[in-house]
Amino acid sequence: MVFYSFFIPYFCGRISKTIKLTEKRSANPTDFKTFRLVLAALFAVLFNLNSHSLHASGGEGSFNAGEMIMHHISDAHEIHIIGDVAIYLPVIIKTEEGWDVFSSSHFYHNEKHLDSASGGVHYYEHDNYLLFHEHIYLKEDGLVLNEAGEPVNQAVALDMSITKNVAGIFLTIILMLIIFMSIAKAYKTRGMVAPKGLQGFMEPLILFVRDEVARPSIGKGADRFVPFLLTIFFFIWISNLLGLIPFLGGLNITGTMSVTLVLATLVFIITTINGKKDYWVHILWPPNVPWPIKLILVPIEIAGLFIKPAVLMVRLTANITAGHIIILAFVALIFIFGEQSAGAGYGVGIGSTLFMIFMNFIELLVAFLQAYVFTLLAALYFGAAIEEAHH
Amino acid sequence: MLSVSIGTVIWTTIAFLVVVFLLAKFAWKPILNSIREREESIEKALEDAEKAKEMMRELKENNEKLLQEARMERDELMKSARDAKDKMISEAKDKAKEEGDKMITNAKETIRAEKAAAMNELKNLVAELSLNIAEKIIREKLANEGKQKEIIENTLKEAKLN
Repeated sequence: MVFYSFFIPYFCGRISKTIKLTEKRSANPTDFKTFRLVLAALFAVLFNLNSHSLHASGGEGSFNAGEMIMHHISDAHEIHIIGDVAIYLPVIIKTEEGWDVFSSSHFYHNEKHLDSASGGVHYYEHDNYLLFHEHIYLKEDGLVLNEAGEPVNQAVALDMSITKNVAGIFLTIILMLIIFMSIAKAYKTRGMVAPKGLQGFMEPLILFVRDEVARPSIGKGADRFVPFLLTIFFFIWISNLLGLIPFLGGLNITGTMSVTLVLATLVFIITTINGKKDYWVHILWPPNVPWPIKLILVPIEIAGLFIKPAVLMVRLTANITAGHIIILAFVALIFIFGEQSAGAGYGVGIGSTLFMIFMNFIELLVAFLQAYVFTLLAALYFGAAIEEAHH
Repeated sequence: MLSVSIGTVIWTTIAFLVVVFLLAKFAWKPILNSIREREESIEKALEDAEKAKEMMRELKENNEKLLQEARMERDELMKSARDAKDKMISEAKDKAKEEGDKMITNAKETIRAEKAAAMNELKNLVAELSLNIAEKIIREKLANEGKQKEIIENTLKEAKLN
């Protein structure tokens, strides 16, 4: 419970900074002042105005819930911990002149402002580069926006930066290596005795993947795929859990399409290279089906080859991102009502906090469930690929 | 979130493939092997236990059979012993009776012989006694002349009569 309650000051911290900025232009600053005091008393956390958090609100006049939420679930070039504390990650970019590597602190400590037709926007500048909405562009003559509010500056050829999510992936992988190498060592040194400690915690999960996911779905020859399925299961599960840990920059690893795209592509590749003759026959020329129906069926089956992994990808991204959005929406609710009056913000705050705690429990379940679903479906696809004819 | 960043894709691919390779080689293989070995050993232990149980059952059955046999043998032995005892007793009884009868017969015989001998002796004794008496009486009677004459005459008379 304590663990989850950490969430609230974290998110509120980000937003209260936003509000501090907006209150300067607000017609009724006293209301905001009161509200901020209430917040401070409620969470007992001190927040300072942090210049580079301004982009959360887009520098507009009032609190923008949609923009705040999108900012939090998007990737970033820093891991924002709390207040002024952030871990600045390395920026690795390739331009026509070659590779360039520097710390993202250069960006975040050099904020610029641009007044455009649709209101003020802010961006960061370093050397010959611009960071606008976490995308890196060539500086040229400074940021120039078109009518739709998109930059006309040329983007860098390749952004290989260690972003928030990439760092999250590395953290997941380090955790996995530490956990499972130590377990493997425990199995070797302790010999044939009942598992205990971390080993005892992980063994039922390993057996769950092997006995409840891989073997029933794949059938004969399942053990060949178990190492991959175990890796993908624990990768997704641990990534999901990292996303629920507060003060870790609100990682949204498995809620990022780039990550799930890779996982789904690997599933697609393994399915395709393991496909036996029967698998391809069923797709390209289904037996015992009249030929006019074949004409309809075959294109559907071929499309299915690609739709299946695409569905895996979208389901995982959507589920994890949706969880983050719901929690952030409850936070946003407090500030939307807080803009009206302090009392409303205070009242809604209590209700929202309770809902957030509830949602975090749901998300804990979803973290496991989505890892399970992804692994199960991957196993089913492998099973279909290696299935022998039985008719 | 929904836009795909090439950098993230490349990093994810590298990182995930590395972790798949490392874990498959250094974690999953030893872990799954250990689990399989343990499962096999448990299965074997259970099988052995089942076998031992079967053996125990057989052993118990054998014991029961042996016990039954022993009991029967004992009963038989006791029965034959009882028979032998009864036979011996009756035999002894018969023999004793026979012996007794023989002894009684012998005794009776002896008694009869003794009796006959005693009778004979008694007869001789009586005869001798009678003779002695008769002698004495005769001597007395023949002591005076008259008497002797009388007797001779009487005897002669008697002899004449004969």
